[in-house]
Amino acid sequence: MSEVTNKINSTTDEPLKEMPDDRGHFGPYGGRFVAETLMGPLDELEQAYNQYLKNPEFLSEFENELKHYVGRPSPLYHAKRWSAQLGGAQIYLKREDLNHTGAHKINNTVGQALLARRMGKKRIIAETGAGQHGVASATVAARYGMECVVYMGAEDIQRQAINVFRMKLLGAKVVSVEAGSKTLKDALNEAMRDWVTNVDDTFYIIGTVAGPHPYPAMVRDFNAVVGREARQQCLEQAGRLPDTLVACVGGGSNAIGLFHPFLDDKQVSIFGVEAAGEGIETGHHAAPLNAGKPGVLHGNRTYLMEDKYGQIIETHSISAGLDYPGVGPEHAWLKDSGRASYVSVTDKEALQAFHDLTLIEGIIPALESSHALAYTAKIAPEMDKDAIIIANLSGRGDKDIHTVAAHEGITL
Amino acid sequence: MSRIQACFSALQDNNKKALIPFITAGDPDPGLTVGLMHDLVSAGANIIELGIPFSDPMADGPVIQRASERALANGTHTDDIFKMVAEFRQQDDTTPVILMGYLNPIEIMGYENFADKANKSGVDGVLVVDLPPEESGDLNKAFKPKSLDQIYLLSPTTNDGRLDRICEVASGFLYYVSLKGVTGSDRLDVDVVAEKLNQIRSKTSLPLGVGFGIKDPQIAGAVGKISDAVVIGSALVERIAEHADEKEKMKLEVSAFIRSLREALDNID
Repeated sequence: MSEVTNKINSTTDEPLKEMPDDRGHFGPYGGRFVAETLMGPLDELEQAYNQYLKNPEFLSEFENELKHYVGRPSPLYHAKRWSAQLGGAQIYLKREDLNHTGAHKINNTVGQALLARRMGKKRIIAETGAGQHGVASATVAARYGMECVVYMGAEDIQRQAINVFRMKLLGAKVVSVEAGSKTLKDALNEAMRDWVTNVDDTFYIIGTVAGPHPYPAMVRDFNAVVGREARQQCLEQAGRLPDTLVACVGGGSNAIGLFHPFLDDKQVSIFGVEAAGEGIETGHHAAPLNAGKPGVLHGNRTYLMEDKYGQIIETHSISAGLDYPGVGPEHAWLKDSGRASYVSVTDKEALQAFHDLTLIEGIIPALESSHALAYTAKIAPEMDKDAIIIANLSGRGDKDIHTVAAHEGITL
Repeated sequence: MSRIQACFSALQDNNKKALIPFITAGDPDPGLTVGLMHDLVSAGANIIELGIPFSDPMADGPVIQRASERALANGTHTDDIFKMVAEFRQQDDTTPVILMGYLNPIEIMGYENFADKANKSGVDGVLVVDLPPEESGDLNKAFKPKSLDQIYLLSPTTNDGRLDRICEVASGFLYYVSLKGVTGSDRLDVDVVAEKLNQIRSKTSLPLGVGFGIKDPQIAGAVGKISDAVVIGSALVERIAEHADEKEKMKLEVSAFIRSLREALDNID
């Protein structure tokens, strides 16, 4: 039996890994808060998810695609020079940037596209912020011969022109969303509207561990390959489990993918890094777990950035992929339960880490991942030289070079 | 008897259908909302549905989404809406008022606080678009002692099991979403709606309203023939938006439109 099958079928007494309950609740978070029209389609999706994620044939198809199409397993790379410069813990990078399409997002889109095919859906839709999930969705749509429509905030389209063109080359239709703050949250609203109108033939591939049940659990399960590999690789390379995990958190899919297989390893400390933007104190940030409070948005209860009237407020981050006012409900639960800690780093700190890793290790990280790296650089010097940190290098930074150049006043 | 029950009971006695217009509170201007509510009633509306604006109205189409944005830009918040309803009640103590909105602005107030203020201002029922019965137990508990009806949506994708569950918890009336899509869509098929309404009637004696996709007197008449109430939203909000800068003309247009719908509903053969 495959590793994936083992994991899905394994029974554990640990409540943390058993989440969510059968209605999608992670403690008080998660659930299914949508208009009645979507309840039927979500039931249908949940049924398919429950059926196929226990189906050995489906899981072996998924694994096969991850191996031969995505290029898994991704390396766990010991960043020795960077570790030495920081003078503390040994830093290992989980190289999701080396996946096909350059980020962890492809793990989930392959999984959901395979599920869509089993359900007989011919059309897929997706929302995207940084464009990585849009590209990953357009990629699998091309791979499996499906129609694809990607919703993207008008402001993000400006920031991520290269990814927009990539999606178009892949045959997807990119719809610019002009409503609200013109970013990821508005793209998500618009994709939901499309889905509710075209539920019969359309599969909505949500790109993060948010949204109504079963999305948070399903997207996590498709991304958990990251943590399963990292755990195994660390045991092989270092002979033991890591002391600390670090990953950036926007919606939180790369983070939960890394964290989840380690939840029962209580000796491993876990840090999720939110975007502090210009600083939490300025209000210009995207850090709901650090500075928000629980509420309901996009089909689930979770921590949100909202005003005192319950209206969702605009977020800020130099990284489009973290620019989201909510966060996956499982992260909300991990925060409250104390199993994971959620911290934040500013745009400036993330940019510094972006440059450091590029110059010291010859790896250009995505600005999203640079947040995880910046926090890693903060804690590594305080730790022993034989301590181990695994940081999730969730995506590559090629897509961000225009943003970085513009930020530094350089015209390309 | 609640205002909603009294309203439907009186209409049924006279063999008439309820006309339920929707407007977003605070659109185009918070100062106009109460006047508009009275105009709607004068022109033939039986129940007023008042939208609580939300920044992320996922189930609404562009017309009502923009109305929400205008209302929020004008600084309309939930407490202001209670004031509007209280002011409306000074002159009209019989027309039921239903608030329609999304959960987050309600949740942040606290369910009991919201229910208390709604009740005191004269609100009769609340429809929370993104709150299916699976998640609505706590809100229901807060509404019951305040005699607030919790209005639920039913849709073409609602199966028998869910229908049973919703009929069990719903009160006031049921709101059937006539098509798959957001508010303001336009693919309503009256025969398909009729079939579904028959199925629903076999489960409940609550009045059935139909909304989403009703744009003109002709469709209103056709839907009125098979239902107890017709909800008109986007088509009305569009007229308000069109004349946002000409208050008098807007009031005339809105009244004329509502009268035309009333006439269609009163002339069902």
